[in-house]
Amino acid sequence: MFNDLILTLQDANTQWVLFGTILLGVASGVLGSFALLRKQSLIGDAMAHAALPGICLAFLLYGTKSIGWFLVGAALSGLLATYFIQVIINHSRIKEDTAIGLVLSVFFGFGIVLLTKIAQSENGNQSGLDDFIFGQAASLVGNDVRVISGVAVVLLIVTWLLFKELKLFTFDRQFAQGIGLPTGLLNGLLMALIVSAVVIGLQAVGVILMAAMLITPAISARYWTDRLDRMVIVAGTIGALSGMLGTLLSSMANRLPTGPVIVLSATVIFLISLIFAPNRGLVSKGLKLYRIRKIVARETVLQTMYDLSEEASITNKKLLFSKEELLTRRKMAVRKLDSNLKRLEKEGYVQRKEDLWYLTESGGYEAHEIVLNNRLFEIYTMYEMKFASLQFATNDVWDYKHIGSSTLHELEQLMAVHERTPKLEPKYFGEGETLRKKKSSQRAEKRKKEVKSL
Amino acid sequence: MSYGTWIMLTGSLVGVSCGIIGCFLILRKMAMLADAISHTVLLGIVLAYLVSHSLEGIYMLVGAGIIGLLTAFLVQVLHSSGVQSDAAIGVVFTSLFAFGVILLSAFAGKVHLDVNHALMGEITFIPWNTLTIGGMDLGPSAVWMLGTVLIINLILIFLFYKEIKISSFDPAMATAIGIPVMFIHYLLMSMVSITTVASFDSVGAILVVAMLIVPGATAYLLTDKLLAMLIISAVIGVISAIGGYYAALVWNISISGSMASIAGLIFAATFILSPRYGLLSKLLARKSLITE
Amino acid sequence: MNPIQVSNLTVAYDRKPVLQEVTFQMPEGKLIGVVGPNGAGKSTLIKAILGLVPKASGSVEIYGKSYRTQRKLVGYVPQRGSVDWDFPTNALDVVLMGRYGHVGWFRRPGKKDTAIAMQALDKVGMKEYADRQISQLSGGQQQRVFLARALAQDATVYFMDEPFVGVDAATEKAIISLLNELKAQGKTVLVVHHDLQTVKEYFDWTLLLNKQKIALGPTEEVFTVENLQKTYGGRLAFLDSQVSPSYVVQP
Ligand SMILES: Nc1ncnc2c1ncn2[C@@H]1O[C@H](COP(=O)(O)OP(=O)(O)OP(=O)(O)O)[C@@H](O)[C@H]1O
Ligand SMILES: [Mg+2]
Repeated sequence: MFNDLILTLQDANTQWVLFGTILLGVASGVLGSFALLRKQSLIGDAMAHAALPGICLAFLLYGTKSIGWFLVGAALSGLLATYFIQVIINHSRIKEDTAIGLVLSVFFGFGIVLLTKIAQSENGNQSGLDDFIFGQAASLVGNDVRVISGVAVVLLIVTWLLFKELKLFTFDRQFAQGIGLPTGLLNGLLMALIVSAVVIGLQAVGVILMAAMLITPAISARYWTDRLDRMVIVAGTIGALSGMLGTLLSSMANRLPTGPVIVLSATVIFLISLIFAPNRGLVSKGLKLYRIRKIVARETVLQTMYDLSEEASITNKKLLFSKEELLTRRKMAVRKLDSNLKRLEKEGYVQRKEDLWYLTESGGYEAHEIVLNNRLFEIYTMYEMKFASLQFATNDVWDYKHIGSSTLHELEQLMAVHERTPKLEPKYFGEGETLRKKKSSQRAEKRKKEVKSL
Repeated sequence: MSYGTWIMLTGSLVGVSCGIIGCFLILRKMAMLADAISHTVLLGIVLAYLVSHSLEGIYMLVGAGIIGLLTAFLVQVLHSSGVQSDAAIGVVFTSLFAFGVILLSAFAGKVHLDVNHALMGEITFIPWNTLTIGGMDLGPSAVWMLGTVLIINLILIFLFYKEIKISSFDPAMATAIGIPVMFIHYLLMSMVSITTVASFDSVGAILVVAMLIVPGATAYLLTDKLLAMLIISAVIGVISAIGGYYAALVWNISISGSMASIAGLIFAATFILSPRYGLLSKLLARKSLITE
Repeated sequence: MNPIQVSNLTVAYDRKPVLQEVTFQMPEGKLIGVVGPNGAGKSTLIKAILGLVPKASGSVEIYGKSYRTQRKLVGYVPQRGSVDWDFPTNALDVVLMGRYGHVGWFRRPGKKDTAIAMQALDKVGMKEYADRQISQLSGGQQQRVFLARALAQDATVYFMDEPFVGVDAATEKAIISLLNELKAQGKTVLVVHHDLQTVKEYFDWTLLLNKQKIALGPTEEVFTVENLQKTYGGRLAFLDSQVSPSYVVQP
């Protein structure tokens, strides 16, 4: 295996191809990020399919295989297809996805027509145009690689120079127009850049799968970062990695076509990102959800105990409740309630008298804290606009202790207006002023830690 | 029947099947999902062959049906785990298609399937591959397979017409009155898969997309009635098939390619000339307003 | 039995709850207005009742049973703009869709259904437009078609999400008299409404909603400055000034 690798790497032709596919991966990863963020991933697919007739026409006009003319032909027909898609969307009731599919399939069909025409001509057989459908990296010769690399480098330089403008344009076209950027020009430029990235990949990856080179590295990169500049770098790296892996694997296992192997390498990287990326990955999300669920379930039990106590205290009833009472107040799986009650009992927050449960003194504090926190949150959601200054993102954990005192005061007043102030002061559940203060601050610390760990 | 008639019949059956289903895909904004499925059925066919060691139609239909549904399902899963829908489609179809191509080349010695054939179809061979039962020649087997699939599609559409219609038009309302919107979605995707696979031999996987999307899009510019749209789309499918055949005959080119090109020309003409939604009629209407 | 019984309903799209432990019951045969600021969860309430968004907790009952078994009793007019107006279908066809729930699987709507649909179109004054492709109707006309579709559902309980948006004053009055007609037939109609000026005039009962139920009851009892202040917070200008407007119930 390792020897195979060394052997493969020593082959001069493989070195060329490797160089080409890596640069190609970088360029398509970088430009794919922009396509992805503009929700135009599939336009890349259309461009790739639409390149086929362009390549054939270039061959028919020029007479022999010439990478330069192929690229020009492919780029022109790719741009024409993009233009048609825009025209169809703008001037009829046909929606984007249909327009893309329509242009893509008709251009491709016409390309096939031209292919058969070429196959019949005298020099048709050695044209190797079929390679463009699935890609055949092994057929790349030194000159091809030089042209491909040259174009890729130019693309990267242009993107680097205009990064700021392209970023703004991608993010908010209207705003970009507002501050005087030539958005029409930028749109055309971005399309031209994407088309170029597509056409230089056709020989290696093929018409049908080229879309993957734009989409897969970019969408994988999205999992690792939230910032465009980093995303572009990560996507470029993933593209390069896929290109390298694909080329090496396919040249070692002789019969495998390069394009599909490159694409599957990218897919594997995507799956790894989807599952294992920090924060956005499925594993990390699942763990987070599990932890949140656990905390919420515990808090729900305490809150329910508190709510019931509050109601009972008004009518001077005993603060003892059966599991059924708890369950009617808030629906919950019985098993979940049991396990949480057991846990809270161990923590010393609740105790049971035969079949009835009650909050202990320290449980009273804990419950009061939780209820206060939740009710302040309720009030906040009701008056969200008023408290917009809090900048509370949807997935943060709400903790009233982080709120400034004047805002908190306002919230508390509103809570009083809505009669939502927790009425059962903690002291109701026990006595011992100083001890309690200490305890409650310890508990606050603990809660803060829990919240932080999320 | 003559050689040419069989080919035109085959093409027309593809045109009708795809034309009708295509309308629903367009209205549900799922054209690209259909495009994806028409690529991934390749994997279904290869897998079906590797499992059954036979190129019988029924295995192909089952294999393609399963992979078609898998495609729709994976897209749904990725989408619901936060991947934007165009990227989800792109990732899924390229991966499954690449896998299919790799399997095909890895088992190249064993599978008598040619990738180019799979993509471009080989309608010229259709009339020779006939179905014989008890020594009787019943005509090309592709015609039988396409006919069966067309009838299945028509029956399903007839049975579920109003459910498909309302869940395409107003999914919220459909859910509220108890129509299983997801079931309808996967039902349509199954129809796309088996139609693709049945058409596969004749027009090829990629050009099925043209037949699925172009006639429907053309009909969409011509009428405001769903039923009329279905019929017009089917008719345009047939015209493209027959026109494509004659064009291919005259210029000696790929039949499936020329069918797609003819469909594209019909669309272009409609796009410009349609009495209601055409470019020209809009322009004229604007002019007459100005001169008035 | 109560036509609508909502208990402890909580709905969250992500972690932030949109509706919080909402509990209420609606009386039968009333025209009920649901009032609250943008984003208060009014549409969400209706969607949760109809099972269009998942509930985080709580339950909903229509005449004592779950919504799934009572679907035929319920009619729904969604907030505008949720459908593809380019869909190849005409006004009559859309109204006919209201009959689909009654027709059942594998059958087509028949002559009777068409007659009911035509009648519904007539009631909203859109009979002449039956053949019109829906994108060629004005916003108000589209709204009326959707109202007609709900009428064709022949329901007992109606949920309407802002049916007056984009309609002119005359149409609004016509729709209200239509709703009163429904009420007279003993049906219950719940309407999400935005115009505070007309609440007292239009609705017998009012539900004030902002993430939670603020108040529910006969309009003259609950439509008070105090309750509005609770519902809208500081967002209504008049609430800041000391003058209370005439359309609010005075204590
Ligand atoms: N599909 C959704 N995904 C995430 N959040 C949503 C979704 N739909 C609504 N929301 C959020 O839920 C809250 C309530 O929305 P809802 O549509 O119920 O409000 P509404 O009272 O009907 O407002 P309006 O008067 O503007 O119609 C809003 O904050 C909104 O942002
Ligand atoms: Mg709303």
